[in-house]
Amino acid sequence: MEVKNLRVKSMNHVTFNDNEYLEQYVEELKKGGVNVAIGCLDDCINWGRSHSVWPLTFATACCGIEFMCVGAARTDFARFGWEVTRNSPRQSDVVFVAGTIVNKMAPVLKRLYDQMAEPKYVIAMGGCAISGGPFKNSYNVVKGVNEIIPVDVYVPGCPPRPNAVLYGMLQMERKIKLEGFFKLPKKPAITPEEKVWAERLAKEEEARKAAKGIK
Amino acid sequence: MEDIKKLLAKVAPGKEVAEGTQYPTIELEPNEVRAVAKKLKEAGFDYLINLTGVDYTDALGTVYHISSSTNKTAVVVLKTKTADRENPVLYTVCDIWKSADLYEREVFDFYGIRFIDHPDMRRIFLRGDWKGFPFRKDYNEVNEMPTTNVNIDDLETLPSITFDKEGKIVEKTKQLFDNNEYVVNFGPQHPATHGVLHLRVSLDGEIVKKVDPNFGYIHRGIEKMCESLTYPQILPYTERLDYLSGSINRHAFCMCVEKAAGIEVPQRAQYIRCIFDELTRIASHLLGWGCMAMDMGAITAFIYGMRDREKIMDIFEENAGGRLMPAYSIIGGLTKDVVPNFQQTISEFVAYMRESIKEYHTLFTGNPIATGRMHNVGWLTKETAVALGTTGPTGRASGWSNDVRKIAPYAAYDKVKFKEVLRNTDTCKGDSFDRYIIRLDEVLESLNIIEQLNENLPDDGVNVKVPAIVKLPEGEYYQRAESARGDFGVYIKSDGNKNPYRVKFRSPCMTLISALDPLCKGEKIADLITIGASLDYVIPCADR
Ligand code: SF4
Repeated sequence: MEVKNLRVKSMNHVTFNDNEYLEQYVEELKKGGVNVAIGCLDDCINWGRSHSVWPLTFATACCGIEFMCVGAARTDFARFGWEVTRNSPRQSDVVFVAGTIVNKMAPVLKRLYDQMAEPKYVIAMGGCAISGGPFKNSYNVVKGVNEIIPVDVYVPGCPPRPNAVLYGMLQMERKIKLEGFFKLPKKPAITPEEKVWAERLAKEEEARKAAKGIK
Repeated sequence: MEDIKKLLAKVAPGKEVAEGTQYPTIELEPNEVRAVAKKLKEAGFDYLINLTGVDYTDALGTVYHISSSTNKTAVVVLKTKTADRENPVLYTVCDIWKSADLYEREVFDFYGIRFIDHPDMRRIFLRGDWKGFPFRKDYNEVNEMPTTNVNIDDLETLPSITFDKEGKIVEKTKQLFDNNEYVVNFGPQHPATHGVLHLRVSLDGEIVKKVDPNFGYIHRGIEKMCESLTYPQILPYTERLDYLSGSINRHAFCMCVEKAAGIEVPQRAQYIRCIFDELTRIASHLLGWGCMAMDMGAITAFIYGMRDREKIMDIFEENAGGRLMPAYSIIGGLTKDVVPNFQQTISEFVAYMRESIKEYHTLFTGNPIATGRMHNVGWLTKETAVALGTTGPTGRASGWSNDVRKIAPYAAYDKVKFKEVLRNTDTCKGDSFDRYIIRLDEVLESLNIIEQLNENLPDDGVNVKVPAIVKLPEGEYYQRAESARGDFGVYIKSDGNKNPYRVKFRSPCMTLISALDPLCKGEKIADLITIGASLDYVIPCADR
């Protein structure tokens, strides 16, 4: 399977910018080797998966309005099968982090992400979600959601135009199409960031218990 | 102005009214504030526009902007400060003006000033375990990003301070909910909160007993950041406060700086700014209308609203360059002139929009389900509206005439004829339906304004030369503007440098959210959604 042969509706291969990340993905897949039956099944399942991605409505600030525009009449992401925005994380596959995440919101986002079922994806939409954006120097803003959860696609802009969001979604689609479905981790893999989280969590928990004990 | 000075001499005898300020200003000792405030209220000053905390480095203080619902153009400013930085206390005015409730909590959160007899001195935006008070000039704490999923905030206990019999200050606590009350959490991640607002609703069966809003899930610290930015650098942030009335906020900030620096803006720029303001208002009301319909289950209306909103976005994009954030006004005028076919596009749009509104009425207004859910739900009387400071369409739906475009006309609003859309208070009491219909009426009125401005567009350039570094003379400046949600205000305190000493934005949304509790009391929990939607608040504007 080559990146070239990927078919994404109404977007040709040349219209995507080079994507080393995907090439790497393919390399990895090739190395492992896939037998014909499973490979074909993979393709089938991924075709289905990539055309019915349900986003979570998670809009914290201005970018959320542009996200609504993507869903409305003009750009209409229903054309790509993304139409059902879900209000519960348990029913959704992808979370568009549309807007600024502040310190008070960070645990909530983490919790929402944890509640989603595997396989799950994250799209960081807008400068705020990518790096803190215009609020990088603020005392209360998280400097990019990748400090909290792993991100698959970054869509820059402040706010990104709906077209840019569509492009980001198609990138996501390409990524899903390339994955070996049967090789997806059964249990959520613990990323290094998550390990750090877990450690900090445990520490905080201990500290709280200690504080309570003294009381 | 003279009448107000006379009045001030009467309510605060022996106090000097400061010379050379925009509004009549008096400085008071902390213990005099309440007496003066009470007398002012009796004299008709029943609307507290804004309450700002300020750090004077040697003292901490507050500034009150007060106006009246009857004598609408009158504004007075009270100031007070305390030199104690360790344990600063001031006197509350939240029993005099209800809207001071949230403002004082905000001042406590930012500056650590506690208000005596204020019933609820919890932090409003930051978490309870936050170290330090970020708006103080000597703040240098480092607060790490919290990692726990568990909410460790104690939201139930309301601390307060009061005097005991000997006149000493004692601390008290009160429980927010009774032990056996049934409390439902609503948000922060909820599609119908229009952002990230956390409401805790106490229920009796299906009936709402109390709503306690918990802010701060999108508190970005814009005002603090402004203190280290130059004036032109602040402009983009103003658009990101209430992003649905972005150009209006930006316009207001530009006007404040221009007024302070004595910059005369060409007429053409003022006209175009007003056209853009009105377009923004229409776009915002369309979205508000669509979202309100969607909250009641009518997705079609949302699609229609967004369809017409895109037309406005196109006009923005063509002329200014941005869609949601046009970034058009700059200090001294506009970034560039409009495109040659601007006037024609606008007149076509006006005609189109008039037809659309009719379509909206056919589509949704008469729908029995919709009317059933809106009529006689969430009544807001005029008195409550004034006390809470819920300006804008919400206040006007209750019969409170508070349109800043009429009260203190700015830019080109004194050159056009338009009427302030008000709902008649005799036949209706300001229920959800009034707040719904007033938005659509306002769209029509905005179209009238746009049409007049568009026909008489002057031709004298769109900007004047402004030095690269704008410095404002020392002093305090306040500018009001009518945003899509109400009375938006910019308060700038300058010490003569290239960046402001203190900036405060008067958010119309914060007061709207504080109206949730009185409005929802006694209604069904499902109506909380419609009432919230009819108030049409934007959370990042409230949290700033
Ligand atoms: S990236 Fe820009 S538009 Fe998006 S949420 Fe942040 S400030 Fe708002």
